[in-house]
Amino acid sequence: MNIIILGAGQVGSTVATELAREEANEITIVDKDQAILSELQDRLDLRTICGNGSYPNILEMAGADDADMLIALTNSDEINMMACQIASSLFHTPTKIARIRSSEYLRNPNLFSPESIPVDFMISPESLVTDYIHHLIEHPSALQVLDFAGGKVQLAAVKAYDSGPLVGHAIKTVRQHMPDIDMRVAAIFRDGQSIKPSAECVVEAGDEVYFIAAREHIPAVLSEMRKLEKPIKRVMLAGGGNIGGQLAALLEKDYQVKVIERFAGRAKQLSGMLDSSIVLLGDAADPDLLTEESIESMDVFCALTNDDEANILSSMLAKRLGAKKVMSLINRPAYVDLVESGLIDIAISPHQVTIGTLLAHIRRGDVVAVHALRRGSAEAIEAIAHGDKSSSKVVGRSIEQIKLPTGVTISAIVRGDEVIIAHHDTMIESEDHVILFLTDKKKISEVERLFQVGFTYF
Amino acid sequence: MQLLVIQRILGLLLVIFSSTLLPPIGIELYYQDGSVMPFVEAFILTLVGGIALYLPVRNQKKELRLRDGFLVVVLFWTVLGIFGGLPFYLSETPDLSITDAIFESISGLTTTGATVIVGLDQMPHSLLFYRQEIQWLGGMGIIVLAVAVLPMLGIGGMQLFRAETPGPMKDNKLTPRITETAKALWYIYLGLTVACSLAYWVAGMGLFDAIAHAFSTVAIGGFSTHDASMGYFDNTAIELIAVVFMLLSGVNFAIHFGAIRNRTLRPYWRDSEFKAYISVLAVVSVITISYLQINRTFSSTTESIVTGLFQVVSIGTTTGFTTAEYYSWPGFLPVLLIYVSFIGGCSGSTGGGIKVIRILLLVKQGARELKRLVHPNAQIAVKIGKKPLPEKVLEAVWGFFAAYFAISALMILLLMASGLDLETSFSAVAACLNNLGPGLGDVGQNFASINDFAKWVLCLAMLLGRLEIFTLLVLFTPAFWRK
Repeated sequence: MNIIILGAGQVGSTVATELAREEANEITIVDKDQAILSELQDRLDLRTICGNGSYPNILEMAGADDADMLIALTNSDEINMMACQIASSLFHTPTKIARIRSSEYLRNPNLFSPESIPVDFMISPESLVTDYIHHLIEHPSALQVLDFAGGKVQLAAVKAYDSGPLVGHAIKTVRQHMPDIDMRVAAIFRDGQSIKPSAECVVEAGDEVYFIAAREHIPAVLSEMRKLEKPIKRVMLAGGGNIGGQLAALLEKDYQVKVIERFAGRAKQLSGMLDSSIVLLGDAADPDLLTEESIESMDVFCALTNDDEANILSSMLAKRLGAKKVMSLINRPAYVDLVESGLIDIAISPHQVTIGTLLAHIRRGDVVAVHALRRGSAEAIEAIAHGDKSSSKVVGRSIEQIKLPTGVTISAIVRGDEVIIAHHDTMIESEDHVILFLTDKKKISEVERLFQVGFTYF
Repeated sequence: MQLLVIQRILGLLLVIFSSTLLPPIGIELYYQDGSVMPFVEAFILTLVGGIALYLPVRNQKKELRLRDGFLVVVLFWTVLGIFGGLPFYLSETPDLSITDAIFESISGLTTTGATVIVGLDQMPHSLLFYRQEIQWLGGMGIIVLAVAVLPMLGIGGMQLFRAETPGPMKDNKLTPRITETAKALWYIYLGLTVACSLAYWVAGMGLFDAIAHAFSTVAIGGFSTHDASMGYFDNTAIELIAVVFMLLSGVNFAIHFGAIRNRTLRPYWRDSEFKAYISVLAVVSVITISYLQINRTFSSTTESIVTGLFQVVSIGTTTGFTTAEYYSWPGFLPVLLIYVSFIGGCSGSTGGGIKVIRILLLVKQGARELKRLVHPNAQIAVKIGKKPLPEKVLEAVWGFFAAYFAISALMILLLMASGLDLETSFSAVAACLNNLGPGLGDVGQNFASINDFAKWVLCLAMLLGRLEIFTLLVLFTPAFWRK
């Protein structure tokens, strides 16, 4: 696929890295900063164009004439929308994705239609990250909670502890513990290695367990793996930028929220935006301020600034001063490995959160959602099965009849409003949303092929 | 330095290169006017050499780093220069020494076109074809070819590509994927070659000569199958065809690509380098033709025009075909032509020399200094096609320019120390460093008569010229080898 990416910032570069790695894609990236482009050019096999991404001649130079997709990821909503508009009217680019940050634009869904502003898909990394953290605060025991089929099914990752009743037993015993709850273990990672989760497999303490269940069953299953943490009441957010502000607005109804913001102007603005949250002006790495605001009674401390190092250090400080759980936004993949085993409970990689949503549009076959897991090495996919028994490789077959590549499991199916947890004899019907789990991302093209409809369908 | 990875790629490239010895075998079997053995032996030696390098390290599949790229390219050109000389050395006609064989091979691969073989007209067809063929392969760059056909080089391919592509700005890819870019370049190159062969053939060359000369024309090489070079045909149509294709091949291939893709000639007129390139050649042609006329060197005006134009384009693009003994032309003309060859072709073309864009930048920078004297506070950007260039590029151009002249001065001194006269030394170094071919004085017709030491120095000059000096020079810096 011929893809043009506008903006080589944090999101743009990660998306480019991820996409250029797949052989089928030809990537051209446009940015105003030549230095960033040269660095990317050295590292990746892609083409770079220096200039303003919304100018027609720059788009033309970037090969908009025969591009299949335009992904506008600059930090300006307006440039992104304009670029999509131009790509649509001058170059007839089939798929246009724009990063829209400001919720003001998102309020009216009629705005983004082929007749007005031709943006096919909007992504807002900030909202995605906000939702992601929100899920984590809802389920304090989980490492990761991801939505499928509009939230009907969720995938949760949890670290198993001795305190969980299932730990030390085979997976199949879960049925005796919870006869009326259906769940499926999608993968188990032990010391960084994936283990095939058969029914006989014994869950050990320290394992990272990924399981899929209907939304309402998630807390129950979590409790099987470890003693549930007390529900969260008090949250402190360090950094009141886009993510911090949105998250505070989302959380303040159900939790006691404090936001620490360094800049007076932004702090003032935040205090106007938020109702019951307390906005504090100051430095999140100032121990006096943290103690003053009773950090020791905080259930969660979230470091959400743009600066990796500041996030890591302020989280570590908060942990030392007594915060029960600390989370930190970390952009650099190398840092994530470094800190997650130690002092920081959950490292959140904004790119991994964002990239999944983009990948869903790039995958062939009808793929609705893609979630990158374990820093991109594994992937969970929601794909829709189409066709009938003759044209599709999945429809009309039971799960054991489908030839899945190794390391790929079908975990659940959503049929209309019904959530079906996959068993070996479950039949797949047309228009089912099938949720698959890949422990090896390299198998992605085989899975795509599986869900492509044969020619007879047309 | 990942020496094993480098060895693996080197082995693979040699295996690929060995296949270039097959067409001459076919030619030999068809014409049967020489011996097939030199090519068979060379083929086996190259293939076995490549496999011997490749097999022990075939599992070393790591990405190439920047430094590895330089080493691969330089090693490859040197190793290829040596292996490419095998057929010349093994052949009985001509009976060449090792020095001569390697000189001939490097001259071919670097598209220089300086020859040590006298009596080309009596040589077997297979050998003649082989000379043209290696010139053709060297033109677009055999590594660019390898990048096109071997996807496994991946991003490491970009490092190789950059080290081999001429010009100061090498990040302009035609397509997002490096392999696709390399393929596009080779398609254009192949297209030009086919068109050129057909044109020669229609104009009256034999099929063998047409293909052979198309190879060396499009490669901006200058090897011919006759001692008298293009002069052998004595055909105005052929000379004009050669002029057109030399001009086309001296243009940046990225512009050809843009023109073909968008089916318009606009990219040519929009490119300042192209305009400068045409202007320089036009002005020098006018001067040359007028001077030839004034001195009545040729009896007819038409002959002055055709021969003057042909010779200016041939030397100016660094091809090196001759239709007249230009080295005995009157007054300043021979030296003027050698000077023009320093300017050479456009960046990203098959031509040699310093490249038009660098000269253009130097001139513009000179103009900027003058303006600065008048307006000391002025902020003046050096622009190419309305786009200001980063200072980094300008600095690199100055560095290149200085290195180019330092190296040529040093080599002229070395050649004079070996016993050659000033005119011969100067023109031989210019002809080799610019990948031009024929020089003046003793090397006006061929390089057979000069001593072995001078030939080795000139071999180095040809490699330096083809790899644009820095790629090769960087290997001689201690920093390159430090861990």
